[in-house]
Amino acid sequence: MTQPVNQAEIHQAILEQQKADDRKRLMANGVLLLLLLVAPFLMYPVFLMKILCFALFAVAFNLLFGFTGLLSFGHAAFLAAGGYTTGYLLSNMPGLTTEVGILAGTLVATLLGLAFALISIRRQGIYFAMVTLALAQLVFFFFVQSEFTGGEDGMHGIPRGELFGLISLDNNLNMYYFVLTVFIACYFLVQRVVGSPFGQVLKAIKQNEPRAVSLGYKVDRYKVLAFVISAALAGLAGSMKSVVFQLASLNDAHWHMSGEVILMTLVGGMGTLLGPVVGATFVVNVEYQLSQGPLRDWVDPILGGVFVLTVLAFRSGIVGEIQKFMKKNLG
Amino acid sequence: MSMIFGVPLAVLWGQLLIGIINGAFYALLSLGLAVIFGLLKIINFAHGAMYMLGAMCTVLLFDYLGINYWVALFLAPVLVGLVGVVIEYFLLRRIAGQDHIYSLLLTFGVALMLQGVLTNFFGVSGLRYSMPDTFQGGMNLGFMFLPYYRAWVIVVALLVCFGTWFMIEKTKLGSYLRAGTEDAQLMQGFGINVPLLVSLTYGFGVMLAAFAGVLAAPIYSVTPVMGSHILIVVFAVVVIGGMGSIGGAIITGVLMGVVEGLTKTFYPPASSAVIFLVMVVVLLIRPTGLFGKEA
Amino acid sequence: MTMMKKLLTSAVASALMVGGAQAEISGDTVKIGYLADMSGTYRDLAGPNGLKAMEMAIADFGGKVKGAEIEVVSADDRNSPDVASSTVRRWVENEGVDMVGGLVASSVTIAATKILEENDKLGLVSGSAASSITNEHCTPNHIHYVYDTYALSIGTPTAIVQEGGKTWYILTADYAFGHAMEADVTRVVEANGGEIVGSIRHPFPTPDFSSFILQAQASGADVIALANAGADTTNAITTAAEFGVTQAGQTIAGLVVFLSDVHALGTEVAQGLQLTTGWYWDMNDETRAWADRFLEATGARPTMVHAGIYSSTMQYLKAVEATGSDDAQTVRKQMMETPINDMFAKNGRIREDGRMVHDMYLAQVKTPEESTGEWDLYDIVRTIPAEEAYRPLSESKCKLVNN
Repeated sequence: MTQPVNQAEIHQAILEQQKADDRKRLMANGVLLLLLLVAPFLMYPVFLMKILCFALFAVAFNLLFGFTGLLSFGHAAFLAAGGYTTGYLLSNMPGLTTEVGILAGTLVATLLGLAFALISIRRQGIYFAMVTLALAQLVFFFFVQSEFTGGEDGMHGIPRGELFGLISLDNNLNMYYFVLTVFIACYFLVQRVVGSPFGQVLKAIKQNEPRAVSLGYKVDRYKVLAFVISAALAGLAGSMKSVVFQLASLNDAHWHMSGEVILMTLVGGMGTLLGPVVGATFVVNVEYQLSQGPLRDWVDPILGGVFVLTVLAFRSGIVGEIQKFMKKNLG
Repeated sequence: MSMIFGVPLAVLWGQLLIGIINGAFYALLSLGLAVIFGLLKIINFAHGAMYMLGAMCTVLLFDYLGINYWVALFLAPVLVGLVGVVIEYFLLRRIAGQDHIYSLLLTFGVALMLQGVLTNFFGVSGLRYSMPDTFQGGMNLGFMFLPYYRAWVIVVALLVCFGTWFMIEKTKLGSYLRAGTEDAQLMQGFGINVPLLVSLTYGFGVMLAAFAGVLAAPIYSVTPVMGSHILIVVFAVVVIGGMGSIGGAIITGVLMGVVEGLTKTFYPPASSAVIFLVMVVVLLIRPTGLFGKEA
Repeated sequence: MTMMKKLLTSAVASALMVGGAQAEISGDTVKIGYLADMSGTYRDLAGPNGLKAMEMAIADFGGKVKGAEIEVVSADDRNSPDVASSTVRRWVENEGVDMVGGLVASSVTIAATKILEENDKLGLVSGSAASSITNEHCTPNHIHYVYDTYALSIGTPTAIVQEGGKTWYILTADYAFGHAMEADVTRVVEANGGEIVGSIRHPFPTPDFSSFILQAQASGADVIALANAGADTTNAITTAAEFGVTQAGQTIAGLVVFLSDVHALGTEVAQGLQLTTGWYWDMNDETRAWADRFLEATGARPTMVHAGIYSSTMQYLKAVEATGSDDAQTVRKQMMETPINDMFAKNGRIREDGRMVHDMYLAQVKTPEESTGEWDLYDIVRTIPAEEAYRPLSESKCKLVNN
């Protein structure tokens, strides 16, 4: 340290900075919320719901990748497990209300996540990525083989049903506000998790795992818990997606989906709260708009290019780069 | 006829041999990955695309320039190797020193681009490539009919594998390579051009993939997407062998070919999943793979 | 909302009917959507060239129908039912699309037709193989053109068994489509007095078939049937040639083989292969004339799917012209009442389950000596009459058929 500064002053400054940050965040969140509330009147609700589902998926993934430093290459398994379970239950149990179906899907994904976590958590870095990939491949294999998934035809005509047996979700607006509510709840949940002492430990693990160990933290337990929360939220995203689209397909279980969520998170900004949301919005939009336009034969190469460009030039992602820019120019 | 678990022994011999042939392919592909990871710490998700480029190159060299199989066997890997050098020089070099994960993501993007662009030019049905005349036909081994070409594949693939292992582990050049990538500054001090060494190493790893691609051209359908499926299988092989272990990659490659072959005989539907199952089990027991060094 | 919308639209529709204003083209344009795999596994089957075929039909029709403009929008389905369902939804709900053509991967087709049914628009399926599309997944809002797995698995096995290929070994792609094919083939072979001596379910996709071919060889069966598609089929055929399967006296029967596959394989490898097709470009002057124009536009000869897209688009436009309406049910009814006679089919007709039935053909791949050019690939060996080729309505599980 070059200048001797009063400890208390530093502390004070940090607190104020935090307060200002909180205010900013609150304002940003408020604007965002308002936008989300009116969005279905401006844009196509089903498309918005697709974005929200993928945004939740990316938020879930980011909790593990961005905040804990664990790259899972198998998150598609949870998305698909949630989707198939919910789809199967809602299609085959007429009395079941939608939220129960979604919860059941989430539960299955959570348990699957626990199994993945217990097997993979002791592996480091690339080995961790590869074990999760291998496990997800086994899950994919199971879904291909199973009758109930409809194989490559997929599961179709899943009834949206009624929320709490009262509100018909066949109405796109009802469905949208339901998905939005769940999304916001999960978003704040992740915000709380990240801000909590638990989240601090996760960050510590990410930055320097041996030190976290030497500080006496049972690192593996933290990692397992982070993994399970992440899997649960990914499953929830899949469950909601199957209700929104009324279908579930093998695409959700394919390893390309695990790659896509990495892209979303990376493009948006890993390790930031809003990043994955922005990234999912960006990727879903790019993919969708391109597939409709004159460049429709070029979606894959363009997405590949986005990958390359992000890694080379915008490693902090859209949100990360904006944050950097703001810090630099606005203090 | 003697039987094992309801399978005639003769059939079993045939399946074992087929397994070894496929294993030779896996060995060649995973060897390239292991060289790249072991020496450069780059996780090369473009490896499948390079394999594909090797095969596509072979076909295109013939279609447009009339260049035959034997010349392509050398020329195609060299050309693809150059592509690799370009990728290393312009892209990978810029993220040197960052987390390995970034190299995975970067090369994944490169693979998507290569595949997508080539699909738009050449479609996905596959390009036609005739078996070289030398290899028409085959021999009857009693328990199976072995096409001459498969026999050639097994011999040449294993020779190349062994040669590569010998060069890296047993020669002076190999020791420079290992030292140069482990302590770049020191080697730079000795007057060795380390960045060039890195480019060439990546190029060499990629060449091995392209070489496998050339070998594949006459027997598999050559399409821009042929590498995307084999990629994760080969990755599984490398992980089982222990990332970066050169010898491990070769042995595991052959071994996994045999395991897969046997699964194809006893329970065919699981043959695409079995390697991943083995990988999970192996990593549970040995966290750094069969031949990996303890971290 | 959709339920409400349905009620509303039907209420409005009936009000209009009473008023006698039924014949009308909404928005004074007939808008057609082309949805297909433009960049993935099924690209060469329909893909960008399928869009060309559709545009050819519209141009040949004159670009206008009853004074209304014909407009085309197109999209890549990325083989994803999600993308297909959002695209079709936006097309029909926001952009006034009246008909969606193309439609290849079964998951995509089923997803798309569900949306079309909800919104009462029309789908003309030309690329899909699954016979379930007009069976358990049938809707009053789509028509399945060209071919299906049922038709493909009838022709080839019947012919081969009758020619003396009595014992069969089946290589089945291990997913719903393969299982359905296997069941169909088994039924046909046994009905004709043949016997299934074994089968293997291989994972999808399988890059190397040598192990499976070896097992099929060891079975000693007369015929090795391939109940798979695309790269799996071409890989299996290449490997079979390499292992001298046909030289040793076994016959290979491809169940789902397209012109683009045979073109990729070449006659040297594929010669003698028997397959069933719904159409072939070199059958008569009419098909050749159209195929020449297609070649000029795209640089390739058309597959049966391309021809089907052209034909179905043409039939659709004719029906719109005849009725002066682009209402899905009106047009579909008109299409069902009009026999199809064009370069694609003779006396083709559309049944109430939406299945377009027409003669199918048994083809044999030429030898390199017989073949006079890159695309001179098939000999048409026999015609399979429409009545035999498709699943009879009496066996249908479709909700639109009274059984």
